[in-house]
Formats: sequence, structure tokens, C-alpha cells
Amino acid sequence: MSQNGTMIKVDHVSKSYRRDSIEIPVLRDISIDVPAGEFLALMGPSGSGKTTLLNLIAGIDRPNAGKVVVNGTEIDSLGESDLARWRARHVGFIFQFYNLLPVLTAFENVELPLLLTGLSRKEKREHVESALNLVGLGDRIHHYPKQLSGGQEQRVAIARAIVTDPTILVADEPTGDLDKISAGEIMDLLYRLNKEFKKTIVMVTHDPRAAEKAHKQMHLDKGELTT
Amino acid sequence: MFIIRLVLKNTLRHKLRTLLTILGVSIAVMSFGFMRTIVTAWSAGVESSGENRMITRQSVSFIFPLPYSCLQQLQQIPGVSEVSYANWFGGVYKDPADFKNFFPRIAIDPETYFSLYPEFIIPADQFAEFKKERNSCIVGAKLAREQGFKIGDLIPVDGDIYPGKWEFVVRGIYRGKDESTDETQLFFHWDYLNEQVKISQPGREGQVGWYVLSVHNAAEMPRVAKAVDERYKNSRSSTKTETEREFQQSFVSMSSAIISSLEAVSYIIIGIILLVLANTIVMAARERTKEYAVLKTLGFSAGHVVGLIGGESMLIACSGCVIGLAMTFPMAMGFAKAFPTFFPVFNVETITIILAVSVALFAGVVAALFPAARAVRMRIVDGLRSID
Repeated sequence: MSQNGTMIKVDHVSKSYRRDSIEIPVLRDISIDVPAGEFLALMGPSGSGKTTLLNLIAGIDRPNAGKVVVNGTEIDSLGESDLARWRARHVGFIFQFYNLLPVLTAFENVELPLLLTGLSRKEKREHVESALNLVGLGDRIHHYPKQLSGGQEQRVAIARAIVTDPTILVADEPTGDLDKISAGEIMDLLYRLNKEFKKTIVMVTHDPRAAEKAHKQMHLDKGELTT
Repeated sequence: MFIIRLVLKNTLRHKLRTLLTILGVSIAVMSFGFMRTIVTAWSAGVESSGENRMITRQSVSFIFPLPYSCLQQLQQIPGVSEVSYANWFGGVYKDPADFKNFFPRIAIDPETYFSLYPEFIIPADQFAEFKKERNSCIVGAKLAREQGFKIGDLIPVDGDIYPGKWEFVVRGIYRGKDESTDETQLFFHWDYLNEQVKISQPGREGQVGWYVLSVHNAAEMPRVAKAVDERYKNSRSSTKTETEREFQQSFVSMSSAIISSLEAVSYIIIGIILLVLANTIVMAARERTKEYAVLKTLGFSAGHVVGLIGGESMLIACSGCVIGLAMTFPMAMGFAKAFPTFFPVFNVETITIILAVSVALFAGVVAALFPAARAVRMRIVDGLRSID
């Protein structure tokens, strides 16, 4: 974390993609400061660049211009291996479609990020059970994803995201594939993680009700911040 | 450990597809092993050739005989330690259409022949009995098994090269020193042949099909060959002397087109193994693109992804290889049983097993190369966008 309390600093970032010979601009000169412990909602229409911005913050994509600093680390300057290690240590990911490995149980899915740490087997088990208990799935640890509802799968995904106690959580439309009740439960869970565990969360959403849980909302349109 | 666990789970994700792929690989490995066994069986005579033995035959063709009178002259060639001789008898035993009834019938000199071929092991009492009786014979253990020959049995043969009705009494059964020894031959007295020919076809007596020479030192073979052939250069029966290996090789080379075809087919089989396996691995890797992207997102390295894809490919290839090899043995045994005398020695050699395993491992690695390279190069954001 920087001295002024900024956890995430997006500094004049631009990003474009090349499709055949055409350059398609996605983000234009974006700058954001996210203080530690903040819950930020990124909103905007489809194709506005919000997922791309989230990917840049999470270190799974690189900007064409500008820089992204997370917790004092300029992540776009890291090599691929270092960036992978950095992600494993500092970022928890929550995807719209959960992205659990179907051949692994809830326990094994949550255990995945811990396999890259030096924790003992016992420590891993304790961490996984704590994370699953926190999301209310302590009794489903041996269930496979197909044996769980969508809401439960997303809660397993959240447990996987928090099990390493990451510096930031990034969520890409975490309620986009859920019914109203399940979506409400997931948002309550994210709110709790932010409130009780002081997690810095950046969430992309289309859902205004989900965005209401955030401290701050930012809107993107055609690759530019509008508010 | 996690990678191994995930490889196992991924391999069993589409059980039917995996099973069919393993079956495809195993059938291809079995075919490969069988083809290679045929190729090695074809060359078995060459491989089992004696290191110190040479063959002297008529220079124009093997079918023309040499005079028996060469025997003493050959014994006096410097470097030659022993000399024996033999005639191809041929003949027809029972139904000639049944290939089982074809086996080599050779007239030999009992006094010298077996000392030149120590790989034929004959019980001393049986050998003594064989030497006593003019029309007696010694048969190989494999031939005796296949035809049900026992000591004392009479083997009737219709002569073709040497016309007439011939009968041989089994007085001995030899076994080979090792698995590479031909146990399908019938040996009888050259004297018996010579006497009968003298009566039935006067003028053909005193002829020898080929001479077998043993030399003191294998290094002397070229010199001995030259000396023998020089000795008969301007005679009515000029000779061609070569090592036994070269002599056997000349028979194998007559079938070189067949052997080359079999070898070509065995290489095509390698291609089939590769295609079957590559098809499955490419399909599996494509289906799991998003999962690889998720793993990379979570911090797993390209090496982990390569391990997952390569591990699955190797697991299927190795399973197919083990099953295929296990099927090769009964297949080879069945073939050897159906055509017992077609190949005197028909064993799945160690080199065949090594080749089959190498082929399967090679296929496992190559099949994983493209999908692994694609997964490594894949950008995470592209992988996450892929559709299941």
C-alpha cells in the first residue's frame, strides 16, 4: 500500500486490441485511485472496457500505455513468471461463470491457489475449511461443482478467491449468472468481506442493485470514465 | 502430486473417449509389435549364424551341386578346422497345401555336421542310435511337437528333387541351445541319400549341395573364402564361399520387397498411433482451454499446464502400449501355432518391445506438443473468453 493509502493506482492507462489490421481502442487514458479497503463498482454498457480495466488491475493483461500500481508494485513491469507469482499472492478472482474445475470437489477447487504456497497439508486443510465455512459451505466440501447450485458454485469460487488472504479481490459480474436471491447472498458475502475483513474489492457489474453495495461506483463508456 | 491427481481425473473425464483411444493405441501397438516380430523372424537365420562358419556352394546357383570329392581338398585349405556337407532334399510330406507340412529336410554327414552346429543339442543315446541306422533321422523339438513325431515313428516323404518313396525313422529329437535356434528341421544320413540315388538315378551320386567350413579364426574368413574360390576357379564346379551370415542374408534379401513392405506398414502404424492420440489430446485440450486460463490466472505456470496436457497424453499412450504389448504375445503365439514351420523362430524379441515402448512414448510426446504449445502461448484473457 502506498503512503497515501492508495491500494490500486491506474495511471493514464490506454489499451487497444488489434483485430486483423484494425486497431480497436478499448480504454483511453484511464486514471483511477482505489484506496485500501474500498469496494469499487465498475459499471457501463457492454463493450465499454470495464472487464479490460479489471483484467489490467488483476495482472492478467497489460496496458499499451500508462501503468498499473497495486500495493506499491508496478505490475505491468513484471515478467510473466513474476506476474504469475504476484497474482497468486495478491489477487483473488471471482468470475461470472464461477470457472470451477468440474473434476475437482469444492475442497480441491478451493485448495488450488494454496498448492502454490509452501503450506503444510494440515495448514492447507485448515485454510480451505475456514474459507468454505466463511461462505457457508462447510458441509459441502466433498461435493463436485455439478452437485451444487449456481449460487453455491459462486460461493465456492469466492472461497477459492479468499483462501490465500489476497491483497485485493476482483470480481467480474459475480452475480451475472445468478437468480435474484442467490445474487443477493453473493453481494452480502462480498459486502461482509469488505466490511469485516477490510478487503479491497473491484467489481464489474451491470446490476445497479449489486453496485449499491459498493462504496463507490464508476462508469465507463466507450473506453472512457464518465463519472 | 496435484498435477498427477488432476491428470488422472482429466483422463477419466470422458471415459468412453479415453477407453476408445487407449484401445486404438493398443491395437496399433500390437500391430506394430506383430509386424516387427515378423521382420525379426525373417532375419532369425541371419542372427543365429555361426561366427566361425562359412558356406561353400556352386558359384552359379545354390541349386547346382558340388562334387563330394571337394571334401578332402577343402579340409587341407589353411585356416579351415573342420568341414561338413549337406544336401537340400525337399520332398512332400502329407498334404502339401497345408503349410504346416513344409519343413526343411536335409541330408547331412552325421560324423561332422553336428560338431559344426553345437547349437543343436541331441541326447547322446539318441545320437548313437541315429548313427547306427541308415534311414534314421533327427527332428527338431518344435517340429516333433507340431507333427506329433516320437522316437521310432516312420516319416514317409514323396521325393521331388530326389524322386521316389522315402521313409525316415525318427531316432532322435534335438533341441536348440536358445530361442533363436531353428527347431523345425529334419536331418538324415547323406550316405542313405547317396546310396538310393546311385540305384534310382545313376550319375547323380556323389553330389553335395553345399559345404560347411569351420575356421580357426573369424578374421581369417576372407582369406579362406578367397583360397577356396581360387582353388576351384577354373574347375567344372567353381565355388562361391561366404560367411554363413552372408549366405543366410542372401536368402533374406530375396524377400526384401516383402520385408520392406512390412517395415513400411509398421511405420504407417506409428503414424496411426500418433493420429489417434493427437486427435484425443487436441480435443481434450481445446475443451479445457478455459480451465487452463483459470489455472494460469491463479498463478499456475506454463510448466503446470504442459504437465497436465503432456501427462494425459503420456498416460493414454503408456496404457495403450502396455495393453498392446500384452496382446502382442498371444497374437504372436497364435500365429506361430497356426504356421509352425513358416518361421522356424517366431518370438517377440526384446528389441521389439523396446521399439514399441519407444514408439508409444514418442507418440505421447508428439501428440501433446501442439496443444501444449497452444496452451502456453494462449493469453489468459483469450482463454477466459473461450466457450466450453
